[in-house]
Amino acid sequence: MSAVIEEHHDEHHDHKPTGIGRWLFSTNHKDIGTMYLWFSFIMFFVGGTLALVIRAELFEPGLQFIEPELFNQMTTLHGLIMVFGVIMPAFVGLANWMVPLMIGAPDMALPRMNNWSFWLLPGAFGLLIASLVMSLMGMGSAPNFGWTFYAPLSTTYGPDSTDYFIFSVHMMGISSIMGAINIIATIINMRAPGMTYMKMPIFVWTWFITAYLLIAVMPVLAGAVTMMLTDRNFGTSFFSAAGGGDPVLFQHVFWFFGHPEVYIMILPSFGIISQIVPTFSRKKIFGYSSMVYATSSIAFLSFIVWAHHMFTTGMPVATELFFMYATMLIAVPTGVKVFNWVSTMWKGSLTFETPMLFAIAFIFLFTIGGFTGLMLSIVPADFQYHDTYFVVAHFHYVLVTGALYGIFAAVYFWIPKWTGNMYDEKLGKLHFWVSTISVNVLFFPMHFVGLAGMPRRIPDYNMQFAEFNAIASVGAFVFGFAQLILLYNIIKTIRGRRTEKATDKVWEGAEGLEWTLPSPAPFHSFTTPPTVK
Amino acid sequence: MSAAIRVASFISLMLVSMQSWAEYQLDLRPGVTSFSQGAYDIHTLVMWICVGIGIIVFGAMIYSIIMHRKSRGAEAASFDDNLTVEIVWTIVPFIILAFMAVPATKVLLAMEDVSNSDMSIKVTGYQWKWHYDYLGEDISFFSNLSTPIEEIQNKATKSNNYLLDVDNRVVVPVNKKIRLLFTSNDVIHAWWVPAFAVKKDAIPGYINESWFKTDKVGIYRGQCAELCGTNHGFMPIVVEVKSEADYAAWVSGQKQQAAAAAESATKTWTKDELMAHGKTVYATSCLACHQASGEGIPNVFPGLKGSAIAIGDVAKHIDVVVNGVPGTAMQAFGPQLNDADLAALVTYERNAWGNDTGDVVQPADIKAAR
Amino acid sequence: MNNNSDGNKKVLRNLLFVVVGMFGFGFALVPLYDVFCDLTGLNGKTGEQYVSDAPMQIDTSREIKVEFLANLNDGMPWEFKPLTYSVKVHPGEATRVEYVARNKTNRDIVGQAIPSVTPGQAAAHFQKTECFCFTEQVLKAGEEKIMPVIFIVDPSIDEDVHEISLSYTFFIKPGSEDAKVKTDNMAMKARPSVALSTPLTQH
Repeated sequence: MSAVIEEHHDEHHDHKPTGIGRWLFSTNHKDIGTMYLWFSFIMFFVGGTLALVIRAELFEPGLQFIEPELFNQMTTLHGLIMVFGVIMPAFVGLANWMVPLMIGAPDMALPRMNNWSFWLLPGAFGLLIASLVMSLMGMGSAPNFGWTFYAPLSTTYGPDSTDYFIFSVHMMGISSIMGAINIIATIINMRAPGMTYMKMPIFVWTWFITAYLLIAVMPVLAGAVTMMLTDRNFGTSFFSAAGGGDPVLFQHVFWFFGHPEVYIMILPSFGIISQIVPTFSRKKIFGYSSMVYATSSIAFLSFIVWAHHMFTTGMPVATELFFMYATMLIAVPTGVKVFNWVSTMWKGSLTFETPMLFAIAFIFLFTIGGFTGLMLSIVPADFQYHDTYFVVAHFHYVLVTGALYGIFAAVYFWIPKWTGNMYDEKLGKLHFWVSTISVNVLFFPMHFVGLAGMPRRIPDYNMQFAEFNAIASVGAFVFGFAQLILLYNIIKTIRGRRTEKATDKVWEGAEGLEWTLPSPAPFHSFTTPPTVK
Repeated sequence: MSAAIRVASFISLMLVSMQSWAEYQLDLRPGVTSFSQGAYDIHTLVMWICVGIGIIVFGAMIYSIIMHRKSRGAEAASFDDNLTVEIVWTIVPFIILAFMAVPATKVLLAMEDVSNSDMSIKVTGYQWKWHYDYLGEDISFFSNLSTPIEEIQNKATKSNNYLLDVDNRVVVPVNKKIRLLFTSNDVIHAWWVPAFAVKKDAIPGYINESWFKTDKVGIYRGQCAELCGTNHGFMPIVVEVKSEADYAAWVSGQKQQAAAAAESATKTWTKDELMAHGKTVYATSCLACHQASGEGIPNVFPGLKGSAIAIGDVAKHIDVVVNGVPGTAMQAFGPQLNDADLAALVTYERNAWGNDTGDVVQPADIKAAR
Repeated sequence: MNNNSDGNKKVLRNLLFVVVGMFGFGFALVPLYDVFCDLTGLNGKTGEQYVSDAPMQIDTSREIKVEFLANLNDGMPWEFKPLTYSVKVHPGEATRVEYVARNKTNRDIVGQAIPSVTPGQAAAHFQKTECFCFTEQVLKAGEEKIMPVIFIVDPSIDEDVHEISLSYTFFIKPGSEDAKVKTDNMAMKARPSVALSTPLTQH
């Protein structure tokens, strides 16, 4: 964490562009960050609606609302939207807003590229959602092969919209790659004097590492979808046995991207928690350097565990054992991080404002997801868990109460800095409690039905799974509607009527360059770099 | 509003029936093979270790949340590092992991030993059914979901084995090592029977293998475990493990049935027989798309009532049914139905719904057309 | 900010190299995977035609059962089956078996047989000196052909292997007329109302 700040300086003229041009042509990290966050929030409601359609159909056995073909499109698009349209853009938005402020930089390294990175996304998702709209109008299927789009279901047997899906993925990939390059360049080149690497806030560290992961694996995803494109349209046989290819090759290439991808989706959340817990414990993060090394280890290990998604494909035993051991190893650095967070709280002086509530819930619930991840890594047990709701429970715990809760916590934590107004604490706590209770009602029973034998991606099921599915569906609807509380609170905070004004420091235990700026942070900040001792 | 009422009444029913919650399965089952027992044991070991670690970590957090709150007057300490402690909580988890890895490795090695089986069955995944071929026995059949569509559409009460019932079960003898070979006709499927802890992907163009052996006679059900298209959720697996004597009886029964089917393909049927049988075959093979009324679904599936194919040239009609129509969703039913079934089907289609061509198609006609 | 722009451009250039490199790596995974599988026989691929000058030593102390399987891929309208279900061989001993394939349709079709061997560790030791899978097979309308395979199980095969299954799947040759027609057939057209696949009577 940064040491005592010697001086800070703001530009006192703060004129910003106006009108729609301000947003379309923005090169300002704050505005771009805001756009990423709003885009992500809108996609959250779209993806969430698809989830509610799924849970409505799964409320009872039998087909009540939609046909299996449409159900497969729902599950596919829910996954694609949440992964690529919600979690990733939200973290990029938070990085855009906070990384320059945290390192004392005036903006991102490549502001125009930053603009393109953002504006690719509405295009990419417009295309994807258009395929869904067209499907609902009876004009062919939207992507229906799961967010993991295995071949040959997605190649030989994929609907016409698959080629547009591929284009969409390319656009999202380019957006992520450009964003990651920007973050790395910013962190390497634009830290304020005195801010050495080991003085950077942990959020900056986690994004630094995440950005390298993105650059390493998004191109591999691009390769995979390009191979799909040529298999479908230009006569190649990467994934078709007929031409000498192998459908399992697709899985290897996809998961080589896919596993680091899930760490891309959690590391920034780890960083956020590492900012919030010390603030509300009024105590420095315990074991700063361990946290950095642990995050790096997790990132490195993430490259060598991909085939733990493929234990039933018929790999040789030696290979299965290697991937089992490597995957189990990830528990070690992850455990270190959890212990360090708890040690930060230990003998601190704790208060429980909304950001801290989400952070604490993150530690509890993400850890549960981590435990089920460890269980999944055990190959013989995985033969019973793979492709069941046990996996669905696992990844929703790590992604919803993990990644998403980190984002919620971050929004509450930083929105006073962004807007100059305090959010409504009562509504924040209400959002927290309703969400946390309902999210467990929603996802915990999925462990049970998975263990009882319910496969994934099915629209209908035997009565033995009925009770827990009904419970989960009730939880889903409560959780979904609870997010409207957040929407209301955010809008209320932005509008600033009957809200409390935020101070510069906002939180009693806050440390860091970002808290030396006024709230709201000026349009241009740190145009003269601060000096960090 | 009725959805809300359903939810509310469901919740009250749940609360009232809480004493029956013991029936709700919370955990994996040990199953009936040594694999499934091994999988269950390692699952249980890892799960309880995790619970134990969780109790310690969460306990510490809860303690801290209570005792170290500012509102209690707690003042923040200043420590922010401790190398010893970091080393300890890196090494101890590593040791715990090793403690899990050893039994896990043992169980896995036992599962992957495919030698010296007693019999082999080739399992082929299709969209959306399974095909079983008893190698060396000349027994082979398709196994389709047999749950009536009325149950799925909520027009009839669901049976106990809803979505887990098939027309032709996989029958195997007890106490024999059964080797399974997996492949697929089209996309990747996965064959899974939880009671055996056998789950293997069925990959087109490639062959995978697994095996199981059980000493418990019984019926075991499973489902496809890899998304394979529209009806992924509707292609279950039912394995019936029989005593050796019963198995032998089943084998000879299968051979008799095959002989009977071959015979029915050579005999001459009456029109009434063909119509009656054809109606049954239509109901199971054609109705989902072409509908009971023969009217199809406009712009999606052509109607057969009054259609050029069903009223026109017989040979053309047979060709469509046997070989399918390339470029459309009309499958080739030649490989899937026998001559007698196809003959009855075509006869039915040519005479039902007022088509009344008077045409009669015999199994021999189908055979000639193949 | 200006004094950073050189540094930023340098980072941008270097990272773009990484991006292009990783994109290439994705494609490199394809031959890498093949090499890895050929070396280890991992995915059951049995490799090309086996040519060797030295005859192998026949190991009469061991017997391995080899089973023969035949499959037709979706839309392949031939009949295809092995003439022998299984043989017992000594490692090192060349054995010949035959499959038979018949084109039931009234058009000429070109097929490609793809072999697959299980268990995986046997694949690298399963050598074929003659196989109908080495070339595409043309069957004229109504034609039936005997298709031989001559194979040798390498004596260096693992001791634990007692059973090997050799499976062929006949595909319509990719790129041929029939393949294109078949591909169109398989893509999911709009199917808003189909709830179930159709249960079938016994074959």
